[in-house]
Amino acid sequence: MATFRLFARFTSGSLRLITSGNRTYWIWIAVLSVLSLAGLWEYFVQLRDGLITTSLRDQAAWGFYIGNFTFLVGIAAAAVMLVVPAYLYNWRPIKEIVVYGQLLAISAAICCILFVLVDIGRPERLWHLLPSLGHLNIPTSLLGWDVIFLNSYLLLNFGIVTYLLFNMFRRREPNQRLFMTMVWFSIPAALAIRTITAFLYLGLVSRPFWNSAILAPRCIAAAFCSGPAVMLVVMQVLQKYSSFHISREAIWKIAELMAYFIGVNLFLFGAEVFKEYYSATEHLIYMEYMFTGVDGHNAIVPWMWTSVISSVLAFVILLRRKFRENPITLNLGCALIFLGVYLEKSMGTVVPGMTPDVLGEIYEYVPSRSEIVITVGILAMGAMIFTLMVKIANPILHGEFHVNLRPGGTATPKSKDGTSATSGGCYAQGGSAEQLENPALSHFQTLP
Amino acid sequence: MKSATPNRREFLCVVAGCAAAASSGSCGDLTHSGFFQDRFRELSRAEIDQVLIRLEREHSERFGKECTVTATEPREDVEFGYALDISRCIGCRRCVQACVEENNQSRSPELQWIRVLEMDERHGIDFHYAEPYYDPEQVPQDGYFYLPVACQHCKNPPCVKSCPVGATWQEDDGIVVVDYDWCIGCRCCMAACPYGARHFNWKTPGISAEEVNPDMHYLGNRPRPVGVVEKCTFCIQRTREGRYPACVEICPVGARKFGNLLDPDSELRYVLEQKRVFVLKAELNTQPRFYYFMG
Repeated sequence: MATFRLFARFTSGSLRLITSGNRTYWIWIAVLSVLSLAGLWEYFVQLRDGLITTSLRDQAAWGFYIGNFTFLVGIAAAAVMLVVPAYLYNWRPIKEIVVYGQLLAISAAICCILFVLVDIGRPERLWHLLPSLGHLNIPTSLLGWDVIFLNSYLLLNFGIVTYLLFNMFRRREPNQRLFMTMVWFSIPAALAIRTITAFLYLGLVSRPFWNSAILAPRCIAAAFCSGPAVMLVVMQVLQKYSSFHISREAIWKIAELMAYFIGVNLFLFGAEVFKEYYSATEHLIYMEYMFTGVDGHNAIVPWMWTSVISSVLAFVILLRRKFRENPITLNLGCALIFLGVYLEKSMGTVVPGMTPDVLGEIYEYVPSRSEIVITVGILAMGAMIFTLMVKIANPILHGEFHVNLRPGGTATPKSKDGTSATSGGCYAQGGSAEQLENPALSHFQTLP
Repeated sequence: MKSATPNRREFLCVVAGCAAAASSGSCGDLTHSGFFQDRFRELSRAEIDQVLIRLEREHSERFGKECTVTATEPREDVEFGYALDISRCIGCRRCVQACVEENNQSRSPELQWIRVLEMDERHGIDFHYAEPYYDPEQVPQDGYFYLPVACQHCKNPPCVKSCPVGATWQEDDGIVVVDYDWCIGCRCCMAACPYGARHFNWKTPGISAEEVNPDMHYLGNRPRPVGVVEKCTFCIQRTREGRYPACVEICPVGARKFGNLLDPDSELRYVLEQKRVFVLKAELNTQPRFYYFMG
């Protein structure tokens, strides 16, 4: 009962936190709300008129929605790159930021589920997927597995973060066993969502472009370079606009890991390109559609070259320590690898896989206005969810919002002013006197 | 799965807010009003009959004429197969038209289960050179042959494997069917099909009362809703009653053969045993029941 009452206070305090903020915060929320509402409106039109509002047709049955879903599964899975060093190796610099990585994973996983939802022709029948109530066709259906694992991954991460934050709020030690069990499950779950999503494509014998055994390793490598790129940029933005702090060691370590994975990703991609061009079977046509166009159909060609060039440039930049440690070149590298992987893993995966179609017809798929508005709407919702969660997590992690403190003036994260910068800095270096007194915080630093 | 059905039914009844009806073991019209209807494969014969009555009523009202909806089951010792003589086919596409009329495909937007490809003789069966939108003054054109493609009713169907809700399956007589009231419209099956045989209702299918064929089968030609997948059913409403599919009947050159693969005296078996037969994309091991041959 006491826990319940505390949780109610935790919830109401959280609500107060997300409804108070400075001008920048409210402008940001307003922009995201407008974009989300625009997406929602377009979705209602799509529900009313059918998926005819998209550019999808029988020849290209999947497109922008499923492409974005595929890419974001990678972003969701990439949190594991922080979870492992933080909770398993107990590496301090990463441990300070791991929660933010998990919040990003939660937001990305929600976006993934929304992308599948808007792609479905009869969303009101989604209950057909529920085991026992409906009929979940596993083991053979990979979308079935994806539904299970994506939802489990989302719940696990949500559970881990909420449990941790709530315990820090009430200044109690989390139950080690429970906490670490959730962490241990979340690690294979991260790899599973990425692998299963790759298998969803790979398992289709009808589409030679996807039916390649290295598709799953490729997807994981790509996830581990695009995910950290997003995290690094988001965390620098957070550092600028809130009391969040990330140490340079953490940034450099993440950037270093990212550089290696870009290399692996390029190598695997190169292996695939070599195989197709050297053997030059009839399956080469999909690669050709991607890189040179087929019979004058080349809508995707500039995008694919942009992707390859961006990835190579990012690799060249981030491989050098000097450039990784310079904030300008680091962010340039992040932007380039994000662009490279986004183009490759969203449209660059879905479209060439379906063009030409199984009977050789070339239907050039380009997303419709409605698809773009809905996609932007979903991404805005994801960003909104992330913002709100950070707004709650930030003061808790900094000991500014806990059971003995009402989240008032001090609890509200402000734009980086003197106090928050100092407290953040101290935290990174070992905690100020106040933070050392906070048992939850000191505990958090020694977890597990 | 059967045993789970009563619980599920009760649960759905409760969800639907008719707990009282649930306790009496039935919740009347509500579970059969479409939304709460179970997967066709799990319905008992009595439940199927109720569903059919509802559908007949709905379609008759909608089109203003008497419509019958059956759910005739597969016959014992029947496995349907199809053979098409590509040396005879002239590419007239009468089969496409007959199929649309028989199976109540959408006229607006147009949706067709059969796709006839104009193939370049110099390249043989190479889909890179296939032209589905050929439109000459006259067919056949010199230098081309014609390859009609529809559902191949595979023995190892990739579409069935991929469906996340089990809305598509293979019947005992080999026909691969879709439950239009269970399909969620995710289009995994369309991505999985190597023959482009599956079609999605991107918009509410448009079909007028004059055009509608009132003799319907639940798993076949009954009108489809928006947002679900459909495909060739070997004219299930005809063939399970012992008739030929519409495409076979209409073909002016007799290129299309249909019959029971298990009957050694059938015309189909004669073709398979006497002619040079091939299947499309044999390397994928989908094992089509749709054979092509050169007479």
